Amino acid sequence: MTQPSVKQVWEWLETIPDPEIPVITIVDLGIIRNVEFDGDTCVVSVTPTYSGCPATSMINMDIETCLRDHGLTKIELKQQISPAWTTDWMSDSARAALEKYGIAPPQPAGGPKRCPRCGGDHLEKLSQFGSTPCKAQWRCQDCLEPFEYFKCI
Amino acid sequence: MAVDKDKLLQFLLRIGDSTLVLSHRVSEWCGHSPILEEDIALANTALDLIGQSQMWLGYAAEVQGEGKSADDLAFLRDAWDFRNVLLTELPNGDFGRTLLRQFLFDAFQSVLMGRLIKSSDETVAGIAAKASKEVAYHVERSADTVVGLGDGTEESHKRMQQALEYLWPYVGEMFESDEVDAAMAEAGIAPDPASLREEYDALVGRVLAEATLTIPEGKFAHKGGRTGYMHTEHLGHLLAQMQWLQRAYPGCEW
Repeated sequence: MTQPSVKQVWEWLETIPDPEIPVITIVDLGIIRNVEFDGDTCVVSVTPTYSGCPATSMINMDIETCLRDHGLTKIELKQQISPAWTTDWMSDSARAALEKYGIAPPQPAGGPKRCPRCGGDHLEKLSQFGSTPCKAQWRCQDCLEPFEYFKCI
Repeated sequence: MAVDKDKLLQFLLRIGDSTLVLSHRVSEWCGHSPILEEDIALANTALDLIGQSQMWLGYAAEVQGEGKSADDLAFLRDAWDFRNVLLTELPNGDFGRTLLRQFLFDAFQSVLMGRLIKSSDETVAGIAAKASKEVAYHVERSADTVVGLGDGTEESHKRMQQALEYLWPYVGEMFESDEVDAAMAEAGIAPDPASLREEYDALVGRVLAEATLTIPEGKFAHKGGRTGYMHTEHLGHLLAQMQWLQRAYPGCEW
C-alpha cells in the first residue's frame, strides 16, 4: 500500500474510544502527543494520563489494532513521559461529552462546577479517588445523586 | 562532569524501591478496607505508586545497562539488593497506622519531587514532574485522614498516637546523606536529603498538630534500608509474596 499521510493517521486515531470512558476518543483526551513516519514505520507517541493507569496498555493495543486494520504493518509506539499529561489538553468537545455522560469535566478550581445530572452547585467531595485513577467521587446536595468528577491535573 | 553510573543507579533504586515496596503494602488492603471509598482510594494510591516505580526502575535498568527491565529489577532481586527506606516495608497494622505511614512518606515525596522537577537529569525531572501531580493528591488525602483519625474519637486518637510512636523512629532514615547523595547533589541531579528536613518538619508538624498528635521526643532513627545494610525482617516476607510467581514460573506472562 502507499504510505498514508500523517493527517490520515490522526483521523484514524480519532476513531479510537477511551477504553474506560467510551464517549471520548484518545485524541480528545490529549494523550497522543505525536504521529510521524520514520522511513516506512509509523511512530505514535503516547503519554500516560496517570503513571499506573491500567488502561495504558489497552490503549496501546487499541492503537496498534486500529492502524493494522487500516493496512499499516510497521508501527512503533513510544511512551512519552515529558511534558506530563495535563487535563488542559482535553478538547472542549470532550469536556462537553463527559458532562453529558454524567462525569463532571475537570476545572482549574480543583472541583466540579456543577452537578452533571441536575446542574446544581451545592456539591460535596466524597473521596479523592474514584473508579479510575483520573476521577474523584462527589455528591450533589440538590439532587442527592453521587457523580464522578474528572480530576484536574 | 559525568556522574558515576553506579551512584546514579543507587539513587534511582532508592526511590523506585521505596514506591514499589509501599505500593505492595498498600495493595494488601484491597478488599479489606473499612469502607468502599477507602478501599478504592488505597487501591488507587497503590496503582499510582506502582506506576511511579515502573518509571524509576525502568530508568534504573537503563542506567545499569545490563539489558534488564523494570520487571526484572522488581521481581528477580533479593531482599539485600533492595534500597527502599525501612518505613515503606513496615507491616500495615490497622487502617490508621497505614494512613499515618502513607502520610509520613507522602510528605517526604511531596518535598522531594518538588526539588527533582528541577533536576539536571532530564529523565529524572520528567518522571518527577509526572509523579508530583499524583503525590499532591496523595498527601492531601493522607493528611486529611490523619487529622480525621487523630482528632477523632478517643479510640482513634489513642491508636494514631501509638502508630506515631511506632513509625516516628523510621522517619529519620529518609534524610540520611551518604556518598551517593553527595554525588547526586554535586551533579545537580538531586538535593541532599538532609536539606529537605526543614520543609518536611514544617509540613508534618502542622498536620500532626492539627491531628492533636504529639511527635515523640527521641531522635533515634532506624537505618539500613536505603543503603542496603540491613532491612527489617518484614521485607523478605513481603518479597516472597510479591515475587513468588516469577520465581516459580520464570518469564511467565499473561
